[in-house]
Order: sequence, then C-alpha cells, then structure tokens
Amino acid sequence: MWDVLQVNLASPLALAFVLGIVSRLLKSELSLPRDLYASLSIYLLLALGLKGGVELSQTSLNALFWPAVVTVGLGLFTPVSAYLVLRRLGRFPIADAAGIAAHYGSVSAVTFIAAQQFVQTMNQPAEGFLPTLLTLLEIPGIQLALAIGAVQMARERAAQHAGQSAAEAPRPMAEVLHEVLTSRSMILMVGGLIIGCLMGEQGYEPVKPFFEGMFKGALTLFLLEMGLAAGARLGDLKSVGLFLLGFGMILPVLHGGLGVLLGHWSGLSIGGAAVLGTMAASASYIAAPPAVRMTLPEANPTYYLTAALAITFPFNIVLGIPLYYQMATLLAAH
Amino acid sequence: MDTTPLTLLTIVCEAILKERLLGELTKAGAKGHTLTECEGSGSRHRRVSETLGANIKLETIVSPGVAEQLLNTLTHDYFPRFAIIAYLSPVSVVRGDKYI
Repeated sequence: MWDVLQVNLASPLALAFVLGIVSRLLKSELSLPRDLYASLSIYLLLALGLKGGVELSQTSLNALFWPAVVTVGLGLFTPVSAYLVLRRLGRFPIADAAGIAAHYGSVSAVTFIAAQQFVQTMNQPAEGFLPTLLTLLEIPGIQLALAIGAVQMARERAAQHAGQSAAEAPRPMAEVLHEVLTSRSMILMVGGLIIGCLMGEQGYEPVKPFFEGMFKGALTLFLLEMGLAAGARLGDLKSVGLFLLGFGMILPVLHGGLGVLLGHWSGLSIGGAAVLGTMAASASYIAAPPAVRMTLPEANPTYYLTAALAITFPFNIVLGIPLYYQMATLLAAH
Repeated sequence: MDTTPLTLLTIVCEAILKERLLGELTKAGAKGHTLTECEGSGSRHRRVSETLGANIKLETIVSPGVAEQLLNTLTHDYFPRFAIIAYLSPVSVVRGDKYI
C-alpha cells in the first residue's frame, strides 16, 4: 500500500492540488481567472467524452452489459445509503441529508479522471468504456436524492400542517431532470461520447494532439484551482462538526469498496474496478450544488459544499484512489 | 423637461437565481431590466457555483404597483431561503410610457 500511495503523492496532480491548498493557507493572492476555470473544465470534459466515445465504438455490447448494470445499481444505492446514514446516525434535517446525499450519489468527474490517470501510471489501464459508465452513474444519483428530499419535506410539512406557509409548491421534478440532463458536464460528456463514437479512431487522429497531448497539463492546472477552492473552504470545517468530517471519509471508503467489488464481479479489469470504485466513492461538486440549491434551498450549502469539496475530494485524491486500487488488486489476486 | 415619476426596483442576489428572477419580472409585467455581475458580502455569504460568479444586481424601472407585486413575490418565495436583498427607489424618467 505504501509504495502505491507514494506513486500517487508524487504525481503532478496531487502535488498541484496540495500547492493550491497551501497557497490558500498562506493567504496568497493567487487565483485562476473564472473564465480559465470554465474553459479548462469544458476542455477536460469534452476530451474525456471524445476519448471515451472512440473507445466505445470499438467495444462490444456484451462487454459493456454487466458493468453498466452494476453502475446503475450503484447509482440507485449510493444516494439512499448516504441519506439514511445522515438522517439516522447524523440526525441531520431532511433537506440537509438529501442535499448532501445528492452530492454523494453523483460523481466527481475530476476525481474520475485522476483515478483513470493513476491506474494508467500503475500499468493497469481501465477499460475504455468507463466514461460511458460515468454518465450512467451521474444521472440517477442527484435525481433520486432530490426526489427523496422533496417527498420527505412535503410529508413533514403535511404532518406539521398547522403552519402558515403550507401553500408552497414544490419544484416540479421534470424541471430538475431537465437541469441535470442539460448541465454543462452532461452535454459535454454525452455529446463527446456520441461524437467520438461516430468519428471513430480515424476521425479522432487529427484532434488527438490537442485533446490528448495537453490533457495532463490542463488537468494539473485544474487541480491547482481545485486546491484553491478546497483551501478556501477549510475554514468551514470547524462549523460542520465531527460527524460530517468522519462521514466524508468513511462513506467514500464503503461506497468505494462496494464499487470495486461490483466492478470485479461484473468482469472489469483491476484498473476498471478501481476507477468504478472511485466513481462510487466520489462526491460531485460541479453538477450537484446548483441543482440542490435550486431544488432544496432549505439545505445549508456550507454542509454539502464543505463535505464534497473540502473533505471527500482531497481524501479521494490523496488516499482514496490508491486505496481502491489496492482493493481491486487484492480482489483480483483471489 | 417632462418627466414621469416611477419606481426603480433593485435586487441583489446569488447568481444562480438569474433565470428564475427574470421570469418573475416578465410575469409581473416589467418591460425591461439591467443586469450586472457584482460581488459583496452579507449575512449569507456562501455561493454554490464557482462558475456562475458570485452575485448579480438586477434593476428594473416599473410602476409602483408592479414594484409592490414583485416585492410580495420576493418576500414570499425568495427572502426566507436565498441570499437576496431588494429595495425601491423613486426615479424620474423621460418617455415614461416606455416602462409601463
């Protein structure tokens, strides 16, 4: 485990992330322009989609079937388990529990990419169709958690009844679904997958230097920005409490372990199972926060942003990914 | 010069509410608006999107009736949950019929 961890810690990605955090702690004035951040995320997501699409065009449906089934299963399970843990053990209010669960049910694309890069470094590359699985996992997670939140809130309101502002119309779920499906990350990823699938290897060749050659560099820069963003939230750790701190590190390990196990059963390689585990373990912080803010405005953003960005994301980038990889290696050895 | 007294409604809120509030303005009958990105701080300074920017300032010149209707909507649906403030100022405009 130690040497695996060492490889990860010495990677430019983890180091750039740490640099971001440190410069925030030093109160440096360093910040990436917002437009650059937006451009980098567009580039990364489209590149991920295109590459995945090209690989998908060479994948048989048979190879994809079981991994896709377990991925959808994970997408339905993770938001529910997160919600129940937060509600029952953490005693969080419904809105906060559902809001945080939406983040943990969904996927962090950057964590996914980092895992993909890591298994490549370990010479155990993941299957090319994993970006397809990423899009499958992203949709049900947010949706389901928000639906649970909306239904439970309505029930609670009905139970309290006596209240004055009972006549509040919940946001229609179709609107939320539209928002999730048309979000930047979905359009770029799914669009990229389709384009990649249609153009195949031959069409990919001319754009490959741009989308693949610069990929790691762009990712390094993006992780620097993520470090800055996470660093800015470190101060909030005090206000979220010990429970959420533990939750943000233990739940990913459980979800990650489950993902690795299911990935292994469905026939994925070591790299593939490790990346699927990472997906299940990660918490979204690009797609989920706006959706939660609009649908469950009662949920406190400090909780879900801090948990996803300042606790789980760093945990996965530094410790989680090597850990899921180690789990996958051990499983494959049996 | 011939001017008409009207009401300027200014809303400052988290950027994520942009589309929703523009919808409210149209629904209430506002004929136009000016939107500016801005920064600031207050009792609820916490934003969910790094890419949308922090805050927006939405200004619209309307009749006192429309202004009141919009303030009612804000009070009922927005003030309790979102980071948002709104205020009215009296203004005098030329071509008053453009706004009502």
